Amino acid sequence: MNRPIRVLVGKPGLDGHDRGAKVIARALRDAGMEVIYTGLRLTPEQIVQAAIQEDVDVVALSILSGAHNHLLPKVVDLLKSEEVYDEVLVICGGVIPEEDIPVLKEKGIAGVFTPGTPTQVTIDFIKENLKR
Amino acid sequence: MLKDEKLQQLKKNQENWQKNKVEKGLGKFPERKDRFATGSNEEVERLYTPVDVEDFDYEADLGFPGEYPFTRGVQPTMYRGRLWTMRQYAGFATAEESNKRYKYLLDQGQTGLSVAFDLPTQIGYDSDHALSEGEVGKVGVAIDSLKDMEILFDDIPLDKVSTSMTINAPASVLLAMYIAVAEKQGVSSVDLRGTIQNDILKEYIARGTYIFPTEPSMRLITDIFEYCSEEVPNWNTISISGYHIREAGATAIQEVAFTLADGIAYVEAAIKAGLDVDRFAPRLSFFFNSHNDLLEEVAKFRAARRIWAKIMKERFGAKNPKSMQLKFHTQTGGSTLTAQQPDNNIVRVAIQTLAAVLGGTQSLHTNSKDEALALPTEESVRIALRTQQIVAHESGVAETVDPLAGSYYVESLTNKIEKEALAYIKKIDDLGGAASAIDKGFMQKEIMDSAYEYQKQIEREERIVVGMNKFRVKEEVPKGLLKVDPTVGEMQKEKLVQLKAERNNDLVLEKLNALKTAATGSENLMLYILDAVREYATLGEVCGVLREVFGEYQQNVIL
Repeated sequence: MNRPIRVLVGKPGLDGHDRGAKVIARALRDAGMEVIYTGLRLTPEQIVQAAIQEDVDVVALSILSGAHNHLLPKVVDLLKSEEVYDEVLVICGGVIPEEDIPVLKEKGIAGVFTPGTPTQVTIDFIKENLKR
Repeated sequence: MLKDEKLQQLKKNQENWQKNKVEKGLGKFPERKDRFATGSNEEVERLYTPVDVEDFDYEADLGFPGEYPFTRGVQPTMYRGRLWTMRQYAGFATAEESNKRYKYLLDQGQTGLSVAFDLPTQIGYDSDHALSEGEVGKVGVAIDSLKDMEILFDDIPLDKVSTSMTINAPASVLLAMYIAVAEKQGVSSVDLRGTIQNDILKEYIARGTYIFPTEPSMRLITDIFEYCSEEVPNWNTISISGYHIREAGATAIQEVAFTLADGIAYVEAAIKAGLDVDRFAPRLSFFFNSHNDLLEEVAKFRAARRIWAKIMKERFGAKNPKSMQLKFHTQTGGSTLTAQQPDNNIVRVAIQTLAAVLGGTQSLHTNSKDEALALPTEESVRIALRTQQIVAHESGVAETVDPLAGSYYVESLTNKIEKEALAYIKKIDDLGGAASAIDKGFMQKEIMDSAYEYQKQIEREERIVVGMNKFRVKEEVPKGLLKVDPTVGEMQKEKLVQLKAERNNDLVLEKLNALKTAATGSENLMLYILDAVREYATLGEVCGVLREVFGEYQQNVIL
């Protein structure tokens, strides 16, 4: 049970801004986690398939394009229909307006990290909220 | 020589000053930090003197404005003749909404348009494509066909404004639509002024809205160079962009180096395609970022001009001085804005505006204070535009050409940026040029290393970002942010259904088939694309045909 935390970092949708995703991926890796970074332009289906194949504990998604309300709940729904949502912590980061955060949380995104969040805050959040 | 003797004396005096004044005082009054560095983490000395620019040769290093090597600017009188073009990047939701915003900006004294397209448009998908779902109209305006483009520029005379379009992979298609709108307004393509970004290499490096693999992408680009040199002679056929490279985390030196390396690749591709360098090079333009380190940014712009002039003259044998002039647009640094205390961003943008103007930009977009939170509101865009107007009309920096020339620090930084950027360009040459270096992940890795180092410096508080890691307050929930109408996607889909019912579908098919045949050969594709969009073939249809023939780019994922 002592294997390192495995995290899938992904960019859903068409957004090409990957600086945040890559920075967080490196920070999680430096914090001892195993990180799989998927690159750009993934559909929710592709993200969920990758999460299952890689047997990850965390799915961390980055969106700066404004498509979060559409794409993020879809990832959660697919994880649920694949019956793995109970094992996987879903978090996201990016340009997410304050008023959308409660909605996303209600839909099953456990943590939402907006610009300026220190990487340590995200690392701590993952460690404290891991589902396994 | 007297000059040498004086310099030797100065060196000696400086050493004495260092020993007797500085070092003695440091015990009592230590400096704030062990190491001082620029925004790009280049070490900064305590003092700059003639010793730091001892090989300085005015004529060779700077020359006069409007003359080789153009360090002081591309025009002889710079802003005394005409101010830079104030060009706010804008576009969201539907063509109707964006058209209203453009008219508002023109009313407020803006002097050029700059179109932001949504992601599906940038990636060549119509609004009804499965991958467009949730993205339509979000980061820019949705354009599916000539119909949308007609609405976008409704009542805006295209012979009177200059228009910049941030479009890359499908640049030929949007340019063709623009030409077609002009035709309908009775404006000849010869009279069109503007720019398409059309810079695919930096999409692979940093921005991500690529479609096709490198080779056919370069063909589309050189097709545009060739077509425009005859048909749209006042159009800037490419805007070789460092902006996004910098936003992705690059340092100022990397921004210059990687952008100019991309520039070299385009020039080589065009020459290889049989074009004469002095025919297309005068229409090449550049696009840089402006961050907070005022003097480093000014030095960066000056260095970029000097390096490019030398490359064009010495490496490519250009004869026309216009081919050697690096003309550029600037945008202030989006990644420098904070979501915390967003009003502070107005001050950051003002500093960055000064840097761009002191660096001799040809046009400028100033970011709005709320852009770390959402697309900007009309009010915040107005403040951003006013910032440019205040710098232009009140600060005094536009009254003389290149006012910081001769500053020991600025000249020494300019030299340093030139030297280190050239070392990077050499490395990229050794890797087989920009396209091949991108395939190997070289630039991506260098940029990511800089981005991660920057983040760590912020978290260790070695670098202070006011309001974010110091001088914090309890944040209030920002109010009045712009929200894009969520029904835009549905409206665009309906428009597409209507379009396909109204147009001559047989003719569309015929034109698309002709394009397909041409794409498998080696003809210039611009005419075929223009023929197709005139008949209201959609962007997705045109790009779909090209996707079939060319395939799609596969990203090399670099962490």
